[in-house]
Amino acid sequence: MTERREEPGKFPFTRGIHASMYRGKLWTMRQYAGFGTARETNKRYKYLLSQGQTGLSMAFDLPTQIGYDSDDTMALGEVGRVGVAISSLADMEQVFHGIPLDKVSTSMTINATASILLALYLVVAEREGVPWTKVSGTVQNDILKEYIARGTYIFPPQPSLRLIADIVEFCAKEVPGWNTISVGGYHMREAGCTAAQEIAFTLADGIAYVQTCVERGLDVDSFAPRIAFFFNCHSNFLEEIAKFRAARRLWAHIMRDRFGAKNERSMMLRFHTQTAGSTLTAQQPENNVVRTTIEALAAVLGGTQSLHTNAKDEAIALPTEESALLALRTQQIIAYESGVTVEPDPLGGSHYIERLTDELEAKAREYLNKIDNMGGMLKAVEGGYVYKEIYHAAYEHQKAVDRKEKIIVGVNEFVSGERLTLKTQKIDPKLEPRRRHELAALRKKRNAAKIAKCLATLEKGAKGSENLMPIIVDCVRNYVTVGEICKVLRATFGEYRPSHSI
Amino acid sequence: MKRPIKVLIAKAGLDGHERGALVVAMGLRDAGMEVVYTGIRNTPEQIVAAAVQEDVDAIGLSSLSGGHMAQFSRVMELLKKEKVKGVLVFAGGIIPDDDVKKLKKLGIKEVFGPGSSIASIVEFLRKNVRLK
Repeated sequence: MTERREEPGKFPFTRGIHASMYRGKLWTMRQYAGFGTARETNKRYKYLLSQGQTGLSMAFDLPTQIGYDSDDTMALGEVGRVGVAISSLADMEQVFHGIPLDKVSTSMTINATASILLALYLVVAEREGVPWTKVSGTVQNDILKEYIARGTYIFPPQPSLRLIADIVEFCAKEVPGWNTISVGGYHMREAGCTAAQEIAFTLADGIAYVQTCVERGLDVDSFAPRIAFFFNCHSNFLEEIAKFRAARRLWAHIMRDRFGAKNERSMMLRFHTQTAGSTLTAQQPENNVVRTTIEALAAVLGGTQSLHTNAKDEAIALPTEESALLALRTQQIIAYESGVTVEPDPLGGSHYIERLTDELEAKAREYLNKIDNMGGMLKAVEGGYVYKEIYHAAYEHQKAVDRKEKIIVGVNEFVSGERLTLKTQKIDPKLEPRRRHELAALRKKRNAAKIAKCLATLEKGAKGSENLMPIIVDCVRNYVTVGEICKVLRATFGEYRPSHSI
Repeated sequence: MKRPIKVLIAKAGLDGHERGALVVAMGLRDAGMEVVYTGIRNTPEQIVAAAVQEDVDAIGLSSLSGGHMAQFSRVMELLKKEKVKGVLVFAGGIIPDDDVKKLKKLGIKEVFGPGSSIASIVEFLRKNVRLK
């Protein structure tokens, strides 16, 4: 082991991005929520805020994420299932009704349609009288991991990267408090990759985005401080703590040495963490509270900036109000009772943690070199390399569990037969017909000539190379829907079809 | 010598969670079966067309987003309509207990929930697939 003298708040930030860490400010407790209708989601947000949550995290249904309105035939059976259905400004206004957008920050899990949902949020702020310079939040806006693991892509990689850079460039000028990309390892880890792969593939995605923006001519320090990360926190307690430390060290070097960043904020890896849904079990579900506590504690000891703790039923259903509250209370107990917030990076200097940090850094670096040799992450993704690495790791894990080389309490050992009854999700069966009705009424009410003009401008813009954000803002201001915008973009950009086979 | 069992593993709807489907696909292949995997985002029509074209013995449907009732029942309906006979259909993912009962009534032979081992699925197929 090399003798290092690393300090919290100093390059390469292995020990944390702030010198005082949680003594100065606790992490943001940000529980992901959103389901059914805009009205129900609004009610849940107001409840969470009243219970001391400090930021909102918005879940969208799959049609919204993949660019179909609720009344599209492709949306059959999926409307309001895994998040809230947003088709037009009317829905977005309802979600944030009575919530002051200059007082909360909102994180949106949205990728292929990020530019449209961001535009909707900005127009809601505008109507509330909140200037764009006062709003803060995040769009995930991380398309590469969608091709690899999460699956909500629409367009091929090149036009998708353009949309990402459009957001970055637009926000640098107009919405300075907005986090423009949340580069995510979470879903790749859920899909089965290892801790070292999670670091490497996430940072490789980050490199691809920074590269794209630099190639557009943006000064790296003008946008890099607004790029954040999103990691998983798995059950291997010490390895996870080391993972966050190694990721910070690597990113700081990448930004300084590869991209020539001068501003230290460009080199700081800031991240959100969610505990690992894939470690939760349907068997003996109360155990999940314990798993989540261990994972949350690792995230905090690893220096996270914000945290979502999973509810015990979250891996198999949308959490109930009761289980969602218990998850939030878990964070509050760690923050206010456990005492771990007293010192930044309290495990730094431990032989084992330092060695693990170095090992993970080295393994991740090996992957990064390999990806560079393939010609970069875009090539590695298109060729199916990353996808294959991940599902092979997932298969190895399953075999180890089946052979009992890995013990999962309540699943392959200490089994007691107790199992969470999987209840049918209470999504109103009338929701889809009602949404169709609402959208039909909206379409009728609008000025058809204006809509056509908006869409024609969008098509022209998409065929050219100008920044599409102002055009999309104008579209949604006039109640052009998410589906209508995507239809034009699909026709212009084409659609991505993966060609990997197992 | 008997030919290997041929299985189509299919993801229905817009759901992108494919870890389970991929792990099952690889597990069945390593158990000596012939496996065709559709990838994500397939309509029921595409799944049935693939099953017919590949002339499979079994279809494994996977969904984790809650759209299974609408999508799986449509697959069963189309299989009937296309007069596809003797193909065993099973399912996996996050399927509520009430829905498992309904799906079994529609002719889906078994539903494998979270925590199922590969061996249990292999055994189920060996026991229940009738080679044409």
